[in-house]
Amino acid sequence: MTTMSDPQQGSFRLSMLLNDTRYRSYTFQFIALILLIALMAFLGINLVRNLASAGLNISYEFLNVPAGYDVQQTLIDYNSQSSNLRAAMVGIINTLLVAFLACVTATILGVIAGVARLSKNWLVSKLMSVYVEIFRNIPVLIWILMIYTLMTAVLPAPNAFRGDNATSSMLFDAFAFTNRGVYIPAPVWGPGSMIVVATFILSIIAVIFYRRYAVKLLFDTGKLLPTGWPTLAILVVPTLLMFFIMGRPVGLDYPALRGFNFQGGIQIGAPLIALWLALSVYTGAFIAENVRAGIQAISKGQTEAASSLGLRPKRVMNLVVLPQALRVIIPPLISQYLNITKNSSLAIAVGYADITATLGGITLNQTGRAIECVLLLMLFYLTISLSISAIMNVYNNNVSLRER
Amino acid sequence: MSDTHAQTVTYVRDTMLPQAAPPSTTQGPVKWMRESLFSSIPYTILTIAAIYVIYVVLSGFLPWLLGGVWTTSNIRECREVLDGASGGCFSVLSERWNQLLFGISYPQDGYWRPTLAFILLFVAIAPVLFSSVPRKLFIVTGLYPFIAFWLIWGGTILVPLAALLSIAAGYVVYSKLVKTNFAAALAAGVVVAAVIWVILGFITPSLSGLFALEEVASRNMGGFMLNMILGVICVSLSLPLGIVLALGRQSSLPIIKLICVVFIEFIRGVPLITLLFVANVVLAYFLPPGTNFDLILRVIIMITMFASAYIAEVIRGGLAALPRGQYEGAESLGLDYAQSMRLIILPQALKISIPGIVNVAVGLFKDTTLVSIISMFDLVGMIRGPILASTDWNGVYWELWGFAALLFFVVCYGISQYSQWLERQLQTEHR
Repeated sequence: MTTMSDPQQGSFRLSMLLNDTRYRSYTFQFIALILLIALMAFLGINLVRNLASAGLNISYEFLNVPAGYDVQQTLIDYNSQSSNLRAAMVGIINTLLVAFLACVTATILGVIAGVARLSKNWLVSKLMSVYVEIFRNIPVLIWILMIYTLMTAVLPAPNAFRGDNATSSMLFDAFAFTNRGVYIPAPVWGPGSMIVVATFILSIIAVIFYRRYAVKLLFDTGKLLPTGWPTLAILVVPTLLMFFIMGRPVGLDYPALRGFNFQGGIQIGAPLIALWLALSVYTGAFIAENVRAGIQAISKGQTEAASSLGLRPKRVMNLVVLPQALRVIIPPLISQYLNITKNSSLAIAVGYADITATLGGITLNQTGRAIECVLLLMLFYLTISLSISAIMNVYNNNVSLRER
Repeated sequence: MSDTHAQTVTYVRDTMLPQAAPPSTTQGPVKWMRESLFSSIPYTILTIAAIYVIYVVLSGFLPWLLGGVWTTSNIRECREVLDGASGGCFSVLSERWNQLLFGISYPQDGYWRPTLAFILLFVAIAPVLFSSVPRKLFIVTGLYPFIAFWLIWGGTILVPLAALLSIAAGYVVYSKLVKTNFAAALAAGVVVAAVIWVILGFITPSLSGLFALEEVASRNMGGFMLNMILGVICVSLSLPLGIVLALGRQSSLPIIKLICVVFIEFIRGVPLITLLFVANVVLAYFLPPGTNFDLILRVIIMITMFASAYIAEVIRGGLAALPRGQYEGAESLGLDYAQSMRLIILPQALKISIPGIVNVAVGLFKDTTLVSIISMFDLVGMIRGPILASTDWNGVYWELWGFAALLFFVVCYGISQYSQWLERQLQTEHR
């Protein structure tokens, strides 16, 4: 590092490789490189010899072979004759599905719990501390298995809903909680329903324009337009009107008990619910801590200064505290989302067909292609992690404090 | 004016009134309740909702806990004793206690060994955790790995003794040479330790009966003991590895930096379960043909790598948080890289990173339950496998999961409370 202090220009001696700071860094890097290459060569030679002695090779042919197993919950077409690649696709989509659902609910739970923990209401804040501490300090695998047990062993079987003296009944005649999963009504898109959806999308765009206009008006003239109820009105009224004008094209398909099981509606399997709820409550506890830390990180002077400018408490929160708190909250929040995605691999414990369970579980066991399967599995998770952290870096660069 | 005024006043009070007590609504419990429970209508609704939630939870939980049965030998007897009343079949805990803690195959008469190792663990980590504990206890800390290995795995005491001797010899060589050159001293220490270990390896097999405990194979470890073994070993191994990785990532040498960055980002990008798959089914392909690592050792390697990447990131944060002046000050004193890191930078950086390291340790300890997925019988694996599958206890879910949750909660909550306490200690020293 300090090359300035070594002025002597003598002939090169071998000991200078170790003692002269000019050459020492090269020596060390050279040694590290040699060691790395040696390690890689050692592992590679072992791999080749082991594969040769077991009569195996590295090949991805198995991806095109029919998988030969069924998957309970799929969002895309799949049957046991589909290829292993298709099974992996099903797994990827299931992973993304549960990760997305869990991210949404965990955020809601975490924000509520984090804000409530700062509440002046002693009982509520203590209750939230208990929630956070209990869920943070018990492994997520135990939560997944506990909620799965709750779903499968405590909820009634479908035939408990049968007959005149049924022991269980459906919630609002629309939701059935059974040990085979939860049944919810499915939307049925009739003719003309696209127009309703288009109206709704247009209203969202209209809301955005209205809000921009309100801000512009405020900046130009100082006149303050209300935003709360007009937003709601723009969102709801045209869509409802169109819904009735088109003759109620969007209906609901209610689940009903036929034969031994419920038919109709959407079935959400017990494994998915167990995984979803467990990841939500577990990660929600961590997010609550991040939110609390973020709000507490904003110094009291900010709130006081905003109040002394005459802002009302809600404005203080929306315009002064939250934008600053978000800067602190968002990076750990994103890494919690990453954790959810990675923890969703525990699906294999309850038999939810995510990528780890299909590609890394059944396909691996059936084909014996351990190296290829694990490699693809890691590649998938790496891709997600690295792309999310890339997005996060961009965000961080955008919101980080601009210092003079 | 003053005269008339004097005449109109008929009474002038010349003593102060005694101080009156504040109104009962603004003091004591009433004030506290008004302020913190019923300050406004929404808050009152929240309070009542919270009280209702607490009531529902407790009214379901307490009768189950207090009415529990502890002494039956299977679930049918337990249900007969309960006879429809609310209560848990906690007899599964008393009957399967040893299985839950030590697994199925650990020798019955050897249960005192892991128990003793567990108690000694507290003695060994006390001087690390609390600066008020006598410094002499560090001797126990240094000896603990060897004692614990001997106690848990059994066999002759000569093997851990040989390891201790070779490491001690290596350390002596290292401390003699470290004044002149750190890298050379480290290399010499490692070489001396390895040489002595190999030499002693020729002697120990001939004396294998000396002070021998019954040998226990790694695959016979199970229950909560397995979680503790994995947690303690992996945390203590990943700490030095994490420091090296963090220094490597901060290093100005491009090749070393690249190696560390790739390693850390790769490990942090994949879930632990895929690394455990590697340990279970892939790692054997990369080892010389014929070597037979046992699964627990492969799992320890993978979990250690996993934890070290996370610890490296925590320590990197600590290194980055140090003011630049510390690095420059160390350099201007003429210290070389190893000296400045050892004497100036790391002591401060590690101190800042302790809370983060503890968080990683807690997360790692919770993650040790994942080994149940690759069919190792840790606490969760024991419950899911042998106990819930047995005809005696099939259906006793909540007692078992509650017990597992309680054990993990006690350990993890304890560690995180310690971390918060330590954070407060460290903070007061600065201000």
